[in-house]
Amino acid sequence: MALYVDIKKKLPGFCLDVNFEAGTNTVGFLGASGSGKSMTLRCIAGIETPDSGIIELNGHILFDSAKGINLPIRKRRVGFLFQNYALFPNMTVEENIRFGLGSLSVSEQLKKVREMISVMHMEGLEKRYPSQLSGGQQQRAALARALVIDPEVLLLDEPLSALDEHLRDNMLKQMIETLSGYRGVTLFVTHNIEEAYRVCRDLVVLSSGKLEAKGNKESVFMNPPTIETAHITGCKNLSAAKLISSDEIEALDWGVILKVNKEDKKDIKYIGIRPYHIELAEDARDQNTINCWISYTGETPSRMTVYLSVGRKPSGNGEYQLQWEIPREKWEKVKAMQQPLSLKLDPDKLILI
Amino acid sequence: MAIDFSPIWISLKTALTATLLTFFFGIAAAWHVANYRGKLKGLVDGLLTLPMVLPPTVAGFFLLLIFGKYGPIGKILYALGIPVIFTWQATVIAATVVAFPLMYKTARAAFEQIDGNILNAARTLGVSEWNVFWRVSVPLARPGIAAGTVLAFARAMGEFGATLMVAGGIPGKTQTIPIAIFFAAEGGEMDKAMIWVLLITGISLIAMVLINYWTEYQHKSLTFSGRK
Repeated sequence: MALYVDIKKKLPGFCLDVNFEAGTNTVGFLGASGSGKSMTLRCIAGIETPDSGIIELNGHILFDSAKGINLPIRKRRVGFLFQNYALFPNMTVEENIRFGLGSLSVSEQLKKVREMISVMHMEGLEKRYPSQLSGGQQQRAALARALVIDPEVLLLDEPLSALDEHLRDNMLKQMIETLSGYRGVTLFVTHNIEEAYRVCRDLVVLSSGKLEAKGNKESVFMNPPTIETAHITGCKNLSAAKLISSDEIEALDWGVILKVNKEDKKDIKYIGIRPYHIELAEDARDQNTINCWISYTGETPSRMTVYLSVGRKPSGNGEYQLQWEIPREKWEKVKAMQQPLSLKLDPDKLILI
Repeated sequence: MAIDFSPIWISLKTALTATLLTFFFGIAAAWHVANYRGKLKGLVDGLLTLPMVLPPTVAGFFLLLIFGKYGPIGKILYALGIPVIFTWQATVIAATVVAFPLMYKTARAAFEQIDGNILNAARTLGVSEWNVFWRVSVPLARPGIAAGTVLAFARAMGEFGATLMVAGGIPGKTQTIPIAIFFAAEGGEMDKAMIWVLLITGISLIAMVLINYWTEYQHKSLTFSGRK
């Protein structure tokens, strides 16, 4: 099972230019809204037509601008889960799932529908109309409808973004379970970093239509190849950097010199650290320990985001150089500490670009 | 006062036939224009809507040109021995042409309101365009199509100008109620005209009310109020 995509398409504001391959491992598409993720899926499904390029699925060509091939949507064997689910409002759950099974005998159709209903845990909802379903049930019905035709590729376009926060976690778990039973290629589009990380093994990162990174999720998170990738994967602390000796880098925006222990440091332009990777230093003489003052804080029910001024007292107009994320219990301790705080930027956790 | 009731049947027959024709032509045109992405969309839409904005006499004049003895279609029909002008068929053609834009416009708006993702979802499921149209688009556009049908029927029933030009007002043959009213009023037979006025008002009102209730009923069975 393999999908190969290499396409270009001019869009208002930017040019979509992506190339990647996907096997049976779920591939996550990460990027800000309007970065071309959904457009890529729509091109694969045939809903949109690229200006040029090739789309190949399991050896047959879906689109090839050079050869003038452009298969219509219905011949592509693509399962598409739309952000708004796009269930047929005039049909029941059962009729929705059956819709694409017209070529089978009625008994086979019903058998497949029953199987799907049970896989999706939707027993008892067969005769309901989409308007009588909850958001989560609608999502499952739409996924069932897409999967029942045994598509060779499953395209999930922000499938969880329309759900309430408290439902998402559960739906995500269920979806991972469902996807593990699916044998084809799966592409999962999201702008949610945690979702992408939980569902997918490989990631493709897009920014303004350009492919910023692709590969195994750990390596994309650990060693983002571009500053956009670092941004999109949630690295909120980034600074211009200058190499000053074989193992020392000056972080220009933070005004500190940091030790690094990465092999290849030839061409480093930026240095970064994720907000949750900053630690309290046990000893002020530890490696890469910096002095920080708290500029201001932001809170969520479980975590605190502390905005830090590095090396000097904040002037009071909200300036900060680093964001630090800590659990609330830890914050209670930190709050009581004397400023400046001694914080450690672990060389292993530093991101070098 | 002797009244010839033939205008009732002529009007009803004409309006129903014209509504049936606009129903199919209007939906087909609406579907094609709604899905058409080319540059000529504005022009095509303009041409199809023209009979609605033109004075009916102008529409009638064009029909005379087209279906007359020397017109492009009229010539062929005459050669085949089917004269059109001043026949009952002419009343149908006139009513169809002026009613068509109402059906077309309303159906097109209904088609264009359908979430494109729903149609694309149907396409990804491997069904033909005909199935997408017939099993998804038409049911979803049903309220709009129903409204278009009502409007088209009302317009066909009330058609006067173009009909008079292409079909004349031959009593018992092409004289519809609106034309009968005109001739009665012109001839000073105000009582007769009044009877026709009340009749056509009644027929139109009953038709509207029935169709409204039907649409409401259909609408209710499609979208459910409240869960469970």
